[in-house]
Amino acid sequence: MIAALFFAFAAVAVAGAILMVVHRNPVYSALFLILTLFAIAGLFVLLNAPFIAAVHVIVYAGAIMVLFLFVVLLMDLEEERVRRHRLKLAQILGIVAAAVLLVEVGVFLKAGFAGAATQGPDGSQIIGDTESIGRLLFTEYLFPFEIASVLLLSGIIGSVLLAKLKLRS
Amino acid sequence: MAETIGVVLIKLAFVLVFPLGLGGLLTWVERKQSAVMQDRIGANRASIFGLRIIGLFHPLADAIKMFTKESFRPANAEKFIFTLAPAISVFFALVGFAVIPFGDRLVVGDTVINLQLAPLNVGILYLFAVAGMSVYGVVLGAWASRNNFALLGGLRAAAQMISYEIVLGVSIFGAIMVYESVDLQEMVNWQGNYFWGWLPAWGILLQPLGFILFFTVGIAETKRVPFDSPEGESEIIGYFLEYSGMGFGMYFLTDFIETVMLAALTVTLFFGGWQVPYLAADGFHFPWGGVLALQNWAVALLQVTSFVLKVFFFLWLQMTIRWTLPRFRYDQVMRLAWKYLLPLSLVNILVTGLIILLLE
Repeated sequence: MIAALFFAFAAVAVAGAILMVVHRNPVYSALFLILTLFAIAGLFVLLNAPFIAAVHVIVYAGAIMVLFLFVVLLMDLEEERVRRHRLKLAQILGIVAAAVLLVEVGVFLKAGFAGAATQGPDGSQIIGDTESIGRLLFTEYLFPFEIASVLLLSGIIGSVLLAKLKLRS
Repeated sequence: MAETIGVVLIKLAFVLVFPLGLGGLLTWVERKQSAVMQDRIGANRASIFGLRIIGLFHPLADAIKMFTKESFRPANAEKFIFTLAPAISVFFALVGFAVIPFGDRLVVGDTVINLQLAPLNVGILYLFAVAGMSVYGVVLGAWASRNNFALLGGLRAAAQMISYEIVLGVSIFGAIMVYESVDLQEMVNWQGNYFWGWLPAWGILLQPLGFILFFTVGIAETKRVPFDSPEGESEIIGYFLEYSGMGFGMYFLTDFIETVMLAALTVTLFFGGWQVPYLAADGFHFPWGGVLALQNWAVALLQVTSFVLKVFFFLWLQMTIRWTLPRFRYDQVMRLAWKYLLPLSLVNILVTGLIILLLE
């Protein structure tokens, strides 16, 4: 059952990702990316991590992709026009990324799938529920957690600054 | 004994029929209540064999009209998304009800039925996710129409809903801190406690500011008056401009389903959900010493009735607000969210945290 669900979600995720890159209309690309994000959230649920799945949908599909779509609609990008502005750098990076992916796939195929680690080092079941994640975030991983919040804060301040600069000039 | 497939299907049917039926009924309530408030008679024309029952057939007549009307699609509309968008809208409005608890536990034979369709560990986070997705139906419909007025409505809706969604999440944090859980059933169970042995510990007493913030933001999320600038029929007509027939019907229904959803969620978070004061699992235990033992089915029935009645009250309140206030201007809507509601909900979290810290 879980294996069947895994392959279903994985297939949707990969298909959505490919269609996102291939599709000519930016709105459809955004929609396929949302589909991929949902499939990945499904994978998180299968990995006993409902909290990550929920936050994944809230943050990526619910907030970031809406902003993406908002910008695409505002700029009213026409089909194809974006494709002409292809950067040389993007092509080179694409080739590098593809090579890395190829190596990764090769390594995994050679080693064979070990399956996801759902057991901790002491043999206990890893459960990504809300309570245990919250406890870990505020005890063991408090420092990285706070660093991340400082990073986000600087991002907010930066965006406000940019908006103000435009107003002044 | 675990719940069988049949039980789950019955619960599923309830969770679907409850918001859909109430949503349909609300179309009638909307007309009738506005009529009462404006000293008119209101909808009373639909009749079956001369039977009118104060216009209660109007939702039925509306449904027949919506389904039989031609669903017109503009020639240069984006076919696939244009057809899909209203369905997305209704879908994400409906699935939220899966986590709303409408009762405690019903024992039939040796089966214990949890009166909640999906007891999810993430509980309210699931609702945030669903609320976040509800923007897509509106924005995609507006974009696929290829109409500038519709697009304007869609952009307004996107900006408004993203802004209010943030406040929506932040305004509930105080309640989550008090209940120490994100599971809605556990939140309702917590509200079964009593202060000084007699005052029901409903969320409204502990989170008055949280309730006001949440309810305001919730009304904004339903995109109804006074927060209906995405529709704004006198200026831009709105994101559903090009829709007719059932496409329009689905957008129309979405607003009402979201109204029911907001009422159910407010009741669950701040008004004790299915709790009846002094009613425990085995009957009434009055603070003045009396005990009235009740069967389990009677307790469950009382709980569900209590939940439904509370939902009715908040539907009435939303309707009253809708027919009392005029539409806010778009910049007022934005200012309210970012300059007043968001800072206030942050203050709410801070104060709640301080009080919890002092009490410990």
